[in-house]
Amino acid sequence: MNSLLEQIRKGKLWDFHGGIHPEEHKQLSSQTSLLEAGLPPLLVLPLKQHIGSPAELCVQVGDRVLTGQPLTAPSSPMQVPIHASSSGTVVAIEEHTVAHPSGLSEPCILIQTDGQDSWRPRDPWPDYAERGNDELLARIHQAGIAGLGGAGFPTDIKLKGAQAYAQREPLPLLIVNGCECEPYITADDRLMRDEAAAIVEGITLLQQILRPQLTLIAIEDNKPEAIAAIRAQVKNAHTLVKVLPTKYPSGGERQLIEILTGRQVPSGKPPSEMGILVQNVGTLYAIRQAVVEDEPLIRRVVTLTGDRLAQPGNAWVRLGTSVRWLMQRFGLDPEPGQRVIMGGPMMGFTLPHADVPVVKTSNCLLAPSQRSLPSRDEEINCIRCGQCAEACPASLLPQQLYWYSKAGELDTAEQYRLFDCIECGACAWVCPSNIPLVQYYRQAKSQLRNQRQEQAQAERAKQRFADKQQRLEEERLERDRRMQAANEARRAQLKDAGGEDPVAAALARIKAKQAAQAVPTVAEDPIAAAVARAKAKKAAREAEAPEVTPAATADDALANPEASPASEAPAADPRQAAVAAAIARAKAKKAAREADAPEVTPAATTDDAPANPEASPASEAPAADPRQAAVAAAIARAKAKKAAREADAPEVTPAATADDAPANPEASPAAEAPAADPRQAAVTAAIARAKAKKAAREAAADNSAPPVPPSSKESD
Amino acid sequence: MSHFLVVILLFALLALVFGLILGYAAIRFKVEADPIVDQIDALLPQTQCGQCGYPGCRPYAEAVANGDAINKCVPGGEPTINKIADLLGVEPPQGEGPVAAPVKKVAFIHEDRCIGCTKCIQACPVDAIVGAAKLMHTILRQECTGCDLCVDPCPTNCIEMIELPQTPDTWQWELARIPVKVVDKHE
Repeated sequence: MNSLLEQIRKGKLWDFHGGIHPEEHKQLSSQTSLLEAGLPPLLVLPLKQHIGSPAELCVQVGDRVLTGQPLTAPSSPMQVPIHASSSGTVVAIEEHTVAHPSGLSEPCILIQTDGQDSWRPRDPWPDYAERGNDELLARIHQAGIAGLGGAGFPTDIKLKGAQAYAQREPLPLLIVNGCECEPYITADDRLMRDEAAAIVEGITLLQQILRPQLTLIAIEDNKPEAIAAIRAQVKNAHTLVKVLPTKYPSGGERQLIEILTGRQVPSGKPPSEMGILVQNVGTLYAIRQAVVEDEPLIRRVVTLTGDRLAQPGNAWVRLGTSVRWLMQRFGLDPEPGQRVIMGGPMMGFTLPHADVPVVKTSNCLLAPSQRSLPSRDEEINCIRCGQCAEACPASLLPQQLYWYSKAGELDTAEQYRLFDCIECGACAWVCPSNIPLVQYYRQAKSQLRNQRQEQAQAERAKQRFADKQQRLEEERLERDRRMQAANEARRAQLKDAGGEDPVAAALARIKAKQAAQAVPTVAEDPIAAAVARAKAKKAAREAEAPEVTPAATADDALANPEASPASEAPAADPRQAAVAAAIARAKAKKAAREADAPEVTPAATTDDAPANPEASPASEAPAADPRQAAVAAAIARAKAKKAAREADAPEVTPAATADDAPANPEASPAAEAPAADPRQAAVTAAIARAKAKKAAREAAADNSAPPVPPSSKESD
Repeated sequence: MSHFLVVILLFALLALVFGLILGYAAIRFKVEADPIVDQIDALLPQTQCGQCGYPGCRPYAEAVANGDAINKCVPGGEPTINKIADLLGVEPPQGEGPVAAPVKKVAFIHEDRCIGCTKCIQACPVDAIVGAAKLMHTILRQECTGCDLCVDPCPTNCIEMIELPQTPDTWQWELARIPVKVVDKHE
């Protein structure tokens, strides 16, 4: 490397492959010094003006903001903040068309300027020489600086890459890019002429951070004034001004490195891995402003040119200024079908409409006439002349890339190093068939990028799916384990309490049943067999259940008093009756719960109680509201059913009685809701009859049931 | 006679040596899994939607490797069928199963209708829905595979599959119309 630096010092220059010499048209805008474009009434600031992701919003609609106030706060290095370009009020935060060839919208902050341009408190650092590197880099990041040359790569990431190299071994080269090789554009040229001192101060700042062995300021030989201005400011033996022969695209980062060092940057690697850092002069100026003046990136030099503009030139434009406003201010005289190109004629794009804002990467606005910059003619077939391959500065095979991109063979195109294409447009410029080669490459690139993104997402989905499966499996195992533990605990507790093992008891019961059923299987006559079965059942049940009678009486006692208030409700007001019934129900429930604790038998029987009172209001709300009566009956039915089921478990006899009980009252409302709705009454009656029948059958099967003759009620 | 013996011995020895080498190689260079399953799995869209009848993409890849039909992947559509057909060297089945590349969609929860029942969370194969019982749920757009599985379990029909809006990041140059548009005269 040292011998290389020696060669560079001696003035050796190399060359890169290909390149073209288009007409420059730079005189058009380079003659007047930098102007102030002025304050537009509305600023539209896209949240994302760089490569990376937008930072977090930190203002709201209606907030008053001051010039230089940050509007977004970065939480990672790839997020670059934006700042209010002038003071005013945030009037909206919404989607707005951005400077992109698609004409699509992105979230933007809209600021209505107040014309005051009052600054937030500033903290200038004229003493930057005493500041630490981290402090300086943080300030550069907070100032929202992203490469002003056109790509918009976050500057502090680039600097940190070079700094990492500088910490391992001395950084050999810092290159300041003042080539500005694209036709029409003179923004850097004018900046170097008018602000040479500030640019050189920016260089000094970077030298302080990175301590490069050699600094080169590269300027093309078509800018003699800029060369002179910078030369006048440079007083450092380690900083050389290099004058390069004019050739497009010598301002490309990789091409510039090749011209200055004769070395090619490996494909896909940043130049910082070779110990080289390239910064645009505009970026250096912005760095200097951010550090020394505490002025974040809120304005940039924009070349306003093209032969349809009355006053072409270069101007300081606040970021967020509308292109339409600028064009009017600089005297656009539009011809029919007037185009406005953002960027140069080689790499720029035609704006979808003029209501887009100037952003950090907009270096030029070009309004050419159709005559001076004709639209591209119809594309015709490739004749395989090979001129594109000769012109390509990245030594690619544009023809092959074109074929593969067009045919959709993206993988092959990638093998032909599609991603090394810098989209300079040299191939399309020389193409005799007018093929928009760069557009093909751009499309193929974006397709490949989308494919990769999809692949990455599929990979992530796979992983997440596997993770979920694993988690579910673990949860299942855990649940099983817990359930087993709980079961064991319960069994142990029961054993301790002196009770028999419920499982063992259940098994014993089943055995007894089977034994009882096994006896009559010999009988031939089915009726006889049934009788025998019933008898056996009864015997078995009698052996198990103690007595029935006291239980039955207890339940009557409970049911009666609660039934009475409801039955005394006046027939005139069914609603009141329903309320009374509800109260009665609640009371009965409570009573049942209380009764539940000491004994089992009354608990089962008290369940009848709610059934009775519910039935009574319904029965006394006569012709007035049969529907309500039906609802009440249904509720009673459901309750009774539940009660019956619950009662079923411990003993069988009371359960049987419980079944009768609901059957009775249910029958009554149906019977007493007479002429109003005969059909409904009939249905209810039928149901009640069926129920009663069933109850009767059960009661008959085991004679132990108390003599409640359901048939008597059924009959009315 | 002795020559004969020597020859037999020599060949037996050689057979033994080669056998040992082969045996060693079989152990040393053993291929672990069935690589074709991995290759098929890589072609599937990994939505884990189960529309093929298998619980996830990998089980379907295994089934295809074992001879199941290659046209059961709904989210993958025709491009996936063609890729699998290419890989396996078979003809893509014509005129049946899913056709045409489907549009990529993601689920979206209408928040005013969400009652926080967590049913969709249980249905999501890739855990792309966040929320808790009786609290509003929402979709992690980046993680959603668009598998559709959360739409049916929702009791209030609050989940809709929507197309992702195009942004400048996902936009592609259209060669048919490289934008050259009119800039109007002063407003």
